[in-house]
Amino acid sequence: MIRIENLHKRFQKNRVLSGVNLNIRDKGIYAILGPNGSGKTTLIKSILGMVLPNMGEINVLGSNNKGDWTYREKIDYLPQIANFPSNLKVQELIHMIKDLRGASSNRDQELIELFAVESFLDKKIGNLSGGTKQKVNIILAFMFDSPILILDEPTTGLDPVSLIHLKELIQKEKAKGKTILITSHIMSFVEEVSDEIVFLLEGNIHFKGTISELKEKTKEENFEKAIAQILIRKDV
Amino acid sequence: MKQLFLIVSLVLLSLSAYSKKIEVRENGKISSIKEAILLAHDFDTIVVKSGKYKEYGIKVDKPLTIIGENFPVIDGELKGEIITVIADHVTLDGLFIINVGTSYTSDYAAVRVVKSKHFLIQNLVLEKLFFGIYLEKSSHGKVFHNKIIGEAVEEYSSGNGIHLWYCKNIEVDQNIVTHVRDGIYLEFSNFCTITNNESLNNIRYGLHFMFSNDDVYRGNTFAKNGAGVAVMFSKRIEMYENIFQENWGSASYGLLLKEINDSKIIGNTFETNTIGINIEGSNRILYKDNIFRSNGWAIKVRGACYTNEFINNQFLSNSFDVSYNSKLNDNVFDSNYWSKYAGYDLDKDGIGDVPFRPVKLFSYIVNRTPETIVLMRSLFIDIIDFSEKVSPVFTPDELQDLHPLMKRIR
Amino acid sequence: MFKILKYSFFDLVRSRWSYVYFLFYLALASVLLFLNHDLSKAVITLMNVIIVLVPLIGTIFGVMYYYNSKEFTELLLAQPIKRSSIFLGQYFGVAVSLSLSLLLGIGIPFLLYGLFESDAIWDFSLLLLTGVFLTFIFTAIAFNISLSNENKIKGFGYAVMMWLFLAVIYDGLFLLSLVMFEDYPLDKLSLIGTMLNPVDLSRTLILLKLDISALLGYTGAVFKQFFGTNVGLFLSIGVLCIWVIVPVLRIVAKAKKKDF
Repeated sequence: MIRIENLHKRFQKNRVLSGVNLNIRDKGIYAILGPNGSGKTTLIKSILGMVLPNMGEINVLGSNNKGDWTYREKIDYLPQIANFPSNLKVQELIHMIKDLRGASSNRDQELIELFAVESFLDKKIGNLSGGTKQKVNIILAFMFDSPILILDEPTTGLDPVSLIHLKELIQKEKAKGKTILITSHIMSFVEEVSDEIVFLLEGNIHFKGTISELKEKTKEENFEKAIAQILIRKDV
Repeated sequence: MKQLFLIVSLVLLSLSAYSKKIEVRENGKISSIKEAILLAHDFDTIVVKSGKYKEYGIKVDKPLTIIGENFPVIDGELKGEIITVIADHVTLDGLFIINVGTSYTSDYAAVRVVKSKHFLIQNLVLEKLFFGIYLEKSSHGKVFHNKIIGEAVEEYSSGNGIHLWYCKNIEVDQNIVTHVRDGIYLEFSNFCTITNNESLNNIRYGLHFMFSNDDVYRGNTFAKNGAGVAVMFSKRIEMYENIFQENWGSASYGLLLKEINDSKIIGNTFETNTIGINIEGSNRILYKDNIFRSNGWAIKVRGACYTNEFINNQFLSNSFDVSYNSKLNDNVFDSNYWSKYAGYDLDKDGIGDVPFRPVKLFSYIVNRTPETIVLMRSLFIDIIDFSEKVSPVFTPDELQDLHPLMKRIR
Repeated sequence: MFKILKYSFFDLVRSRWSYVYFLFYLALASVLLFLNHDLSKAVITLMNVIIVLVPLIGTIFGVMYYYNSKEFTELLLAQPIKRSSIFLGQYFGVAVSLSLSLLLGIGIPFLLYGLFESDAIWDFSLLLLTGVFLTFIFTAIAFNISLSNENKIKGFGYAVMMWLFLAVIYDGLFLLSLVMFEDYPLDKLSLIGTMLNPVDLSRTLILLKLDISALLGYTGAVFKQFFGTNVGLFLSIGVLCIWVIVPVLRIVAKAKKKDF
């Protein structure tokens, strides 16, 4: 599905990714973890073609993503900070994204009901609360049935009910046979939803495998502690 | 004087009524004007029938009236001067004169009047000419309603439309002069009146005075000439109600004054000229009720000009209203309307409460470095103009209109 | 690109600032007409205002729009859309909506006042043309500056400085150099100096209309050809087009190489 080879990225003098190799062959949910500044977002943005690598190659569904933009039709993306043109109404935004992608979708209605945002459809986005904005954000990302789904901090600002809906939604998508990449700081969420973990540290992948493999390797029962172990070992 | 002239004219008129009429026809018994003049007696009338007459060097040496019927063509075939008048009381009327010879040694004219009085030259059409109507040491004559159409290209190889040299008391009225060197030219000619003429597209000046005093010109239009009117080394010239238009070019003026004293310039309109009035060394001149509209410079003062008065004029949308090349000023500007004036009138008496300074720093800069004109209307220029306005350093600080009008005079 | 343009445009058309901008011109034009009772004179005053103000507004709006819609841009970047389409669409959205505010704001009062029966219509068209050119140029430059500066404050600062430089300081330096080298033939230099600054270029277009009498007073042959014939008009408009095209091409080039 996604194959990354020897990916290097530098922002000025700051090396963010130094030779990342990652091969995601199968469907399933992959959590990309790592401390702040480890290059998670950069990695995701490289896949999306928003960040242009200094070196290395990225293949998405068999095609190189360099200089090509059509492959993005196969990816749905939930950005970290949802900030939309504040003068648009929610309805218009949904309509617009549909229009821009040129894809028809009737899932939006279902999602709008799921997250209970019907009453906001005629409101301007600028007047929405952070949580509602995030819900709109989620609706936009899940609206299309693309084989790859990338979620950057999907839980931000969500109330518990919506969080449950989100988790269900993710599982549903997985069941459809999609490949889902998630970044999150909330370890319990990661532990609950993800099949495999990719742990990034200082621009390199330090661990890739299932949660149980991680626990085994670090000999820790607790997932959070296991994560901490990787960090400590690195220090040694 | 005028009365005398009238009486003389009346006497002549009654004489001519009894005088003989001689007809000139192309294929008639008398087929040339020269022949007719030879046969004619004093105060006879020669009627030239319509047709083409190839003649030049016609000398009118008797007091005669020569009238053309339906504009007979007198073709000089470029051989020299066509009609020369050397007698008093001659009238030329309704002739179409073409192909005057061009020479670099003598000033051939279509019609020349030499040392004569009481002549009347009217309704002539002159084309393909060198000089048009050349008046030499003559007086008390009238040049009325003629049309002079030249083909002048260069100054040195062309002549003037109506040329007055050492003349007195001549009236030049309702003529149209185009495409010659100077439309109307006066040298050493005094007490002449130039009225209601149109002088257009001439390569040098529309009207040109040299060393001529006590002349009046009124109601003329001068447009698209090299320069409108040049008045040089003359005194007591009165200029009323003329229109000066579209005299464009680097040395182009609506009106050029050079060494002129004690004159009056009243009620004229200066429109879209590069320079409305260019003044050099001219003193004691009254400028009143003139309109300056959309000129590059409405008034450009160069060199010593003293005790001139500018009163009740209107300055409308000129790039520069007044430009000085020195800090000295001895001239008075008062009660003019300035479209650039931005002051207020709290007591509502129609007179602005703050004085207006017509000379801008930028006009000083442009005088020094002409290329800076491309910066006109720049915000930066507005800023430095403003600071100069507040505290004048380069421009004459006492030069201001203390009573600027708030409204245009209609 | 046209989809993005459409959405950016409608987004802006509904923004408060577009109205403020529109109302400002509406008020300015109405007041000028009311005070002067003279179309030509109002046109002249507006020209002076537009030459300074339109670049400023274009710059500030361009920079503001870019930074404010940054996250949205990122959302768009993740969509299957060409990069250049996104930025060009946004750029034209801003430029078109600003131009529209200008055209309507000034146009309505003049139309009501009877523009079509007046001989000021050519001056007025030129005024609008210049205003639209300046909007397109300065919005493009603003986008360039924002694309090159991640930091909002810095980008804003540079943009305002650029405006100040082109609108005022440039002319000061220009004047200084002309006066300093006054012993040399300067007509080519002064025309080139004008071409290098879009504000001066637009000013020249206006001079050609209003001050042609004065411009023809200068003796230089190059000047004469430039101002005395239509060469000046066409050359100025041509160079203004270049002033639009070059920054727009740079937007495309810069957008292609940028990380988000």
